[in-house]
Parts: sequence; C-alpha cells; structure tokens
Amino acid sequence: MNEIVKAIRGNALAIGLFAIVTSAVIAFTQLATREQISHNKAEFQARALFEIVPRSLDPELVDHRVLMQAPELGHSQPIELYQAIHEEKVVSILMPVIAPDGYSGDIELLVGVNADSSLAGVRVLSHKETPGLGDKIELSKSDWILSFNDQQLAMSGDDSWAVKKDGGRFDQFTGATITPRAIVGATARAIEFFRAHRERLLTPVTATTQPRAAGVSE
Amino acid sequence: MSVDYRKITLDGLWHNNPALVQLLGLCPLLAVTASVVNALGLGIASTLVLVSSNLTVSLFRKLVPETVRLPIFVMIIASFVTAIELVMQALTYELYLILGIFIPLIVTNCAIMGRADAFAVKNPVRASVLDGLMMGVGFSIVLVLLGGLREVLGTGMLFSNMHLLFGEAARSWELTLFADYPGFLFAILPPGAFVGLGLMIALKNLIDTRIKERLQRQQTPTELTGSKRVRVTG
Repeated sequence: MNEIVKAIRGNALAIGLFAIVTSAVIAFTQLATREQISHNKAEFQARALFEIVPRSLDPELVDHRVLMQAPELGHSQPIELYQAIHEEKVVSILMPVIAPDGYSGDIELLVGVNADSSLAGVRVLSHKETPGLGDKIELSKSDWILSFNDQQLAMSGDDSWAVKKDGGRFDQFTGATITPRAIVGATARAIEFFRAHRERLLTPVTATTQPRAAGVSE
Repeated sequence: MSVDYRKITLDGLWHNNPALVQLLGLCPLLAVTASVVNALGLGIASTLVLVSSNLTVSLFRKLVPETVRLPIFVMIIASFVTAIELVMQALTYELYLILGIFIPLIVTNCAIMGRADAFAVKNPVRASVLDGLMMGVGFSIVLVLLGGLREVLGTGMLFSNMHLLFGEAARSWELTLFADYPGFLFAILPPGAFVGLGLMIALKNLIDTRIKERLQRQQTPTELTGSKRVRVTG
C-alpha cells in the first residue's frame, strides 16, 4: 500500500512539475502575442467591410454596429450589422448573410445594401465549395462576385434576380450552378431584410442616445 | 558516447525520412499540400515543434520517470503547439485561418512523439536538436515538393499567395506556368495527394535501388539483389 502511495506521489509530482513549466511557456507566449492577435482579428474583419465601403467614406465603420435578430439571413443568434455613415446619414448597411444552400454546406457572405436598396457589393467570407469549380465566387479567383454591384431588386416578384440558367440576369459558371444560385438567393434575402427593417437600419447609431442593446428587434 | 551527426542528418533527410520512409504524420501531409504556401507553413510549424520538443525532452530526460514519460511528452508537445499557434496568429493570421485545424493537429503528428520517444529521451541535447531539425526539414521538403507538384498540376501556377507567409513583397513570386490552364481538379483533391506521395516514395526507392546496385557492382560485379521494402510504422 505504502509503495503505491509513494509511486503515485512521485509520478504526480513529476507530471505536476511539467504542468507548471509548460503552462508557463503558454502563458508567456499568450501575453507576448495577445495585442498583435486582437489587432489582426479586428483588421481581418475590417478588411472585408472596407472592400465594399471605401475606408475614406466612413473610417469608423467598424464601430457603427447594430445588433439585430435576423433569422431571415440564416442566423439563429442576434448578429451585428454595420452602418456606413457619411455626413450623419447612413449610406449603406453591411450585413453578414449565410447562404445555407451551397454545394457543400454554408457559404458565409457579407452583403452591402445601399440606402436606395441597391447592392453596394457582395464578398464571400468563408465557404467549402469545390476548388476549381465553386470557388470562383472568391474575388481572388474570379471577379464574378462584382457583377452584383449596383444591382436593383424589383419591389415584388423579380424573376430576373436569378442565374441565367433559371432565366435571370446573373452568370453561372461552367460546371457549377448550385453555388451561384445559392448566392443569388442570399442577396435577394438580404435586400428584402433591408426593406423590412429599413427605418431602423437607416437610423444612424451615432445619432441616438438609446443603448443599442435595447433595440434587439422582434 | 560519440554522436554521429552526419548519420543523424542523413537519416532525417533521406534514409529515415518521416514522410517517405517512416510514413508518419500523413494526415496533415495529405490534407494541406494543395499549394506550396500551405505546405511550407505547416512544414515550418511542425519543424519548430519537433525541435522544441526534442530539445525539452532531451534536456529533462533524467528527470522524467519512465512510467509517466508519455503523458509528460504529450504535455510538452501540446504546449509547444499552442505556443506556435499563438505566434502564427500574431505573425501570419491569414495562413493560420487557411491551415485551420491542421495547426492544432500537429499535437497528434506521430513523427513528433516518435522522435521524442525513439531519440530525444536517449540522446544528449545537441544530437536531439539536430535530429528534430533534420526530421522537420526532411518532412517539410516532402510537404513542399508535394505541394508544388499538386499546385502546378492542379492550377497551372506555382508559389501563389506566398505573401501570406513572406509579406506583401512576395505577391510577385507567383508564376503562371501555363496560361489558360483549365485546371486539374484531381490533383487538388485528396486522391491527388495520395497518388503524388506514392510517386515520390516510388522515386525514392528507385534512387535507393540504383545507388545500391552501383555500389554492389563496384564491389562484386556479378551479384545483384532486389527489392527494398518501405517500413510502415504507424
């Protein structure tokens, strides 16, 4: 019995000693990299936003956040939308949208809608589409995604808001129709969401003194 | 105890190469080698972990009780991977996002545990560090060759997105080898990695056989022996 206790104690001490040393290594690395990492994260997020809205238009874009419930855009949790504010007016709204009907899973998009409900631009944040086929939705692979710029969705039942194969105005790629179709659908939902919540979305967060959190709609 | 540094170096790079001979660490090898930049990123990260873990294990080899050596090794390796994951987030954030789960998965790269238990725990510090470095470099070379092969065959380009690792200046390194290349999906998808690695192992064995034949011809010109088999360890 004594022997067991002794062995446990010895081994536990050895493991414990290494646990202290290794967690010290991690703690020091974390401290040393913490600031740079949070800077990188913010920068990465901001870059997608500033690809749609030029930084010169609203340099504080990242801070103009509106928290909203948006199940229509594929989110079960409240999401943050961004207002591009120029001369105290909201010029466009940037919203994260999930297209759930991609060829292999969700496609995460950032959709910009102008105050007149035309599209400011669309970018793909992440996707798992087939390399070489569906990944032409990335701006680095093809400029297809730019064909959404300035497009207007008609007020009701716009049949031309579809890929050409379905009789619409947007190109599909050879060998991949499902991916573009998913994105075309998601952009239409984004515009409809904007129209449904137009008033709230176009009120600049900088103008109201009301706390944002109180405004979780619905 | 005398240490044969030359043998350690050659073992890591060629005779006992973790990817071509020991066949260790195949999961990341096959998964991230779709392009040179991904392969190099993972290669560097794995090499850093290998060197650090070999160094630490060798340094404390007399302190570690034999019975609990494995939990301690796992802890050492996991903490270095965590540290390197943090450093990558700080230095090459986008590459970190691309490599995704394969950075944490370095913890379970058998090559690292393999070297800790097969070499570092029995050898002095300097030899262990060299062993880690050479095993890491040998692994990285295979990763990068396979990444280059798949990138060229799959997309017709080479060294694209190198700026993720080397900063903006590296953007211009991209080479378009075949203009209007239609792309060869098979090379980019996992089966292409299997076939590519198979070809590389075959090539290595071919070279080994040739060298052996030549040596034998020099010694006993009549005798010829045959096959060398790849050792599979896990």
